[in-house]
Amino acid sequence: MRASELMMSLFLLAAAGMAAADQGGDPELGAEVYRQCSGCHQIGEGAVNRVGPHLNGVFDRPAGQVEGYRYSDALQRAAAGGMVWNHETLDQFLKDPRSLISRTRMSYRGLANQADRDNLLAYLRIYSDSPADIPEAAPTSAAMDHSVAPEVLAIVGDPAYGEYLSGECTSCHQANGEASGIPSITRWPTEDFVIAMHAYKEGIRPHPVMQMMASRLSDEEIAALAAFFQDVD
Amino acid sequence: MSFNRRTFLGTATATAAALAAPMVMAAGHGRPRVVVVGGGAGGATAARYIAKDSAGEIDVTLIEPSRSYYTCFFSNLYLGGFREMSSLGHSYGGLASEYGINVVHDWAVGVDRDAKTVALAGGGSVGYDRLILSPGIDFVDGAVEGWDLSAQNAMPHAYKAGSQTELLRAQILAMPQGGTFAMVAPPNPYRCPPGPYERVSMVAHTLREINPTAKILVADPKDKFSKQGLFEEGWAKHYGGMIEWIGSDFGGGNVSVDPAAMTLSIDGEVTKVDVCNVIPAMKAGRIAELAGVTEGNWAPVHAADMSSRIDPNIHILGDASAQGDMPKSGFSANSQAKVCANAVRGALTGSTVFPARFANTCWSLIDTDDGVKVGATYEATEEKIAKVDGFISETGESADVRAATYQESIGWYDGITSDMFG
Repeated sequence: MRASELMMSLFLLAAAGMAAADQGGDPELGAEVYRQCSGCHQIGEGAVNRVGPHLNGVFDRPAGQVEGYRYSDALQRAAAGGMVWNHETLDQFLKDPRSLISRTRMSYRGLANQADRDNLLAYLRIYSDSPADIPEAAPTSAAMDHSVAPEVLAIVGDPAYGEYLSGECTSCHQANGEASGIPSITRWPTEDFVIAMHAYKEGIRPHPVMQMMASRLSDEEIAALAAFFQDVD
Repeated sequence: MSFNRRTFLGTATATAAALAAPMVMAAGHGRPRVVVVGGGAGGATAARYIAKDSAGEIDVTLIEPSRSYYTCFFSNLYLGGFREMSSLGHSYGGLASEYGINVVHDWAVGVDRDAKTVALAGGGSVGYDRLILSPGIDFVDGAVEGWDLSAQNAMPHAYKAGSQTELLRAQILAMPQGGTFAMVAPPNPYRCPPGPYERVSMVAHTLREINPTAKILVADPKDKFSKQGLFEEGWAKHYGGMIEWIGSDFGGGNVSVDPAAMTLSIDGEVTKVDVCNVIPAMKAGRIAELAGVTEGNWAPVHAADMSSRIDPNIHILGDASAQGDMPKSGFSANSQAKVCANAVRGALTGSTVFPARFANTCWSLIDTDDGVKVGATYEATEEKIAKVDGFISETGESADVRAATYQESIGWYDGITSDMFG
């Protein structure tokens, strides 16, 4: 009994110490850093899965467990190995995603600056400490950097045509969803895919190759690509 | 992909073939046969897409002499010390095991267009319903006075990646302090328009570290070259004074070499050099000529399906083809291969043929984290592949943009090689 009580006290002390380490970050500055994430991940009240899984309650959550999100094989393997998102694993993942999970579909080079990571972790922590009490004013941004007319979003694409058109994408974007310097484009929600392509087409997103490629795609062709890539496995 | 590789290798192959048999246009020999000659960016891509998308309906044979394919693209980065040679090598094992392609490591030495057979150097022949030639380049005999293939050890071309590239790097590393690296650049049209100038950049990068007083001398038969403004800006910025480019206006096209004496003559002025990289004028890989589908140095094709203008049962991809506006690049060959694969599959199995569309982007590295790119989209017209739209990196871009462009090129390498080899 004594021994177990001692163990418990030590555990609590250790837990408190880890929490204290988190407090080095400033969640307000972290909200600024989070803008880089918000193209793909929602957080806050009403957050849902988009290109990436939502990030409410991410701290101390076993990896690969958000309901309804289709994880990469690599992340599923990490999850099967018992990986848990805690301060240490999140910090490592944010620093260099592919050093932790080599074939993750998360297309992000990493956040080298320790202070930025501390601030971002402090920000994420707000949405994890008490999932029942997530701040109401939280941003729930997604890849909504551009508005596309509802009738364009409503077009149901032909995946067979999309598969043919996808040949233009897979000269650079890997069909298996792996990413190294060029983003993964597989398994995106069709809405995010369509919005992103129209943003390139109209020159709102800046990348010259993507602007060129998107500029000659019709609304139907963009919908076809979205339909095809949504279900690539 | 909806196509399941495991199923494909099992009994489904036979089933699919049997189901498809009524619409097959093969002349009395079961599944229609496609033979692809050349396993580079054009041929490997075409073979893989036809096998993958036909899911066993088409019998695909790939003839390629090399057991391992070393990409010409990114081989300049090996010269600059940015890549290991091993990182540029790719096996054909996946095309055989995952896609059921019959990979034959042999040279195609002749085509009988009436019998529709390809003769192999090792004896025997392979029959086809459609033949896809993607043989890359060979060099024009006598293009550089004093140089022929027997001189390629003294003066490497290093324009087909592999041992030649390794030889050239070894020669660069062995140059005496303050020595001279010379390049004889090729006339248009040739494989990889920015390639010689990216190579100059990579050689300069290596020499700056180990041999900073060395000189680089480029004799060029052209008066301008791809991405010239970007390269010249980068050369002045990173390698001030090291590189001298002599264009056609100053006799850069009037050259001869003496491999025994290691001299280069430019417009009559003879220079002793330590390394001489001779990149001769190019022509379609020889099998295209042997097949009788060339006119001049290249093989003219219809833009819509990359079919030969001389023989409708033969398609020519990539560097070897005369197609119009696309540069001769791995990206172009990969793009053309997918259009061709879709058309060939449609012709042989009745699958839907979608309209041709082409694209190309070429990245070049000038120095560490200083990447630039140029690209365009293309469409098929009656007379050629015609340019639609394009872009090029700008001079004066920020270091962040250039670093991101380089990172993107690394991603592209992984993308195109997985598109070629699975």
